[in-house]
Amino acid sequence: MSFSWAKPYEPKSALARWMDDRMPLPRLVYGAIGGGYPVPRNLNYFWNFGVLAGIFLTIQIVTGIVLAMHFMASADGGAFNTVNQLIMRDVNAGWLLRYAHMNGASFFFIVTYIHIFRGLYYGSYKAPRELVWMLGLVIYLLMMATAFMGYVLPWGQMSYWGAQVITGFFSAFPLVGEPIRVWLLGGYAPDQATVTRFFSLHYLLPFVIFGVVILHIWALHIPGSSNPTGVDVKNERDTLPFHPFYTAKDGWFAGAFLTLFVIVTYFAPDYLGHPDNYIPANPLSTPAHIVPEWYFWPFYAILKSFTVNFVLPAKLWGVLAMFSSILLLFLLPWLDTSPVRSGNYRPIFKRFFWLLVIDVALLGWAGGFAPTPMRVAVGQAATIYYFLHFLVILPIVGRIETPLPLPDSISSSVLHGEDAESAPAAIASKRPPRAKTVTAAN
Amino acid sequence: MATQAESATLDHQHHGDGVRRRDFLNVAAVSFAGVGGVIAIAPLIVQMSPSADVLAMASIEVDISKVVPGQGIKVAWRKQPVFVRNLMPKEIAEANAVDISSLRDPQTLAQRTKPGKQNWLITMGVCTHLGCVPLGISEGENRGPYGGYFCPCHGSMYDTAARIRQGPAPLNLQVPDYSFKSPTVVQIG
Repeated sequence: MSFSWAKPYEPKSALARWMDDRMPLPRLVYGAIGGGYPVPRNLNYFWNFGVLAGIFLTIQIVTGIVLAMHFMASADGGAFNTVNQLIMRDVNAGWLLRYAHMNGASFFFIVTYIHIFRGLYYGSYKAPRELVWMLGLVIYLLMMATAFMGYVLPWGQMSYWGAQVITGFFSAFPLVGEPIRVWLLGGYAPDQATVTRFFSLHYLLPFVIFGVVILHIWALHIPGSSNPTGVDVKNERDTLPFHPFYTAKDGWFAGAFLTLFVIVTYFAPDYLGHPDNYIPANPLSTPAHIVPEWYFWPFYAILKSFTVNFVLPAKLWGVLAMFSSILLLFLLPWLDTSPVRSGNYRPIFKRFFWLLVIDVALLGWAGGFAPTPMRVAVGQAATIYYFLHFLVILPIVGRIETPLPLPDSISSSVLHGEDAESAPAAIASKRPPRAKTVTAAN
Repeated sequence: MATQAESATLDHQHHGDGVRRRDFLNVAAVSFAGVGGVIAIAPLIVQMSPSADVLAMASIEVDISKVVPGQGIKVAWRKQPVFVRNLMPKEIAEANAVDISSLRDPQTLAQRTKPGKQNWLITMGVCTHLGCVPLGISEGENRGPYGGYFCPCHGSMYDTAARIRQGPAPLNLQVPDYSFKSPTVVQIG
């Protein structure tokens, strides 16, 4: 489960011993996020985003629970008014909680996207961490469902038409599609039944996410974290205990990143939103331009890229491509054929990785703004490249690329032999002398 | 656990023919619980289908006496917009001049209207692409290059028989079930 040198939990007081014999929760915490969990010593700041995602999940659950105390899931003006009048104006600090929840969703996606691209660059999805990656994708899918349903709840124009368009995806499937759509909505168009069930599920899903996060972390802690070199941990010199080293680093970085979150929440709370959602939902009038929230733009671009019927209707192609663009990622551990994890040691892969980043950004641009012929063309090219990257480029690059020489170990890549001096005294004194360890490892 | 295992062993020794009473009991009990479990899910599934109050709104009557040729009105049916349009002779001629085989969803204007009432084009105001409300029913709205409706969401263009001509929508605007109660009253649904 963990490395042999992981420090075992030692209850320090009589109460801790009493507890440990009966319900060893402190032991579990110590081994999971305390001094008993050894972590590679060379993690860079990109490894902070997992913890940050957990923090934003917590912010969303806490602000969401209190907002639910004031929200009324009613399509006859109730939902719109309890959000925009009651919560935003009348409830004490309601505006702050609502803006924190709104922007918290965006920031949750920002940190999750950085976390995902970190995994893509450093090959974190490769053996033995395939399940960590796949559970992460499950979390991501649940996040998308939760975010979509949450966006519907204020029952503004974008809420309503977003619900109309997204449930419309299902009607693309022949025969079963339309009945499924009606069943999901509880009517022929989004209405009371829709807003009530979305509220119920929007409240439920974050706790499901929390459960899958536990599985994600559990699966991660079997092999332990990957690291920027992608080289496996070999001995104690490669690791540091999670506490106090990474709790401190995560704490400092969370403070820095939350400062950014607070600045946006206070000074540009509507920057990431859409003004049309301050207009009450009107089933008889479509906004001139329907867009989802920014974090769905790349997928929206893929959906819109299919404009020609080819065997199947264009609409069905668009929906299938959009779903496959995510489902494809479940196969990534097997599509990337290179045994080298980290992009730092893969000169060709590294270039294609940055092309993918640009490609997804282009998709976002093509999906987020009104379709002009140029934008549609860019979106189509970017859609093709997205699939090419995963289905063709990654399998080929893994075969033809000559990776750079990997470091012998994590410690040799960062310490250059001076680890005795650089390590904190408390750690250095407890560690066996260096020469001895090397002999043992050899 | 231990006692269970013991009794199973005993059971096995008593019935050497290979079929044990316990096997039958296991299969029967698990099947019973399984079928019961599946049936118990049914109410959880059907509760999400449209409820009786939603279905009760299924039909409406519309007075069309005030709609002069060239005009159209938008009425709500099942919380969805329905376009009722009184076509001008020129628009009827345009719709009939189209080569049917060139259409994505081939239908004639006559097939989309009631006999003798070819000027009354009654369709859902719901784009068949992703459910937006197309423009063009109200005066001054963009009707697109084919003079029917134009969907602003993804640029689907419909002609004067509300047939899809260009853009991502796969089908013509749907014609709901309706009938003329009198020359000036239409019942939709």
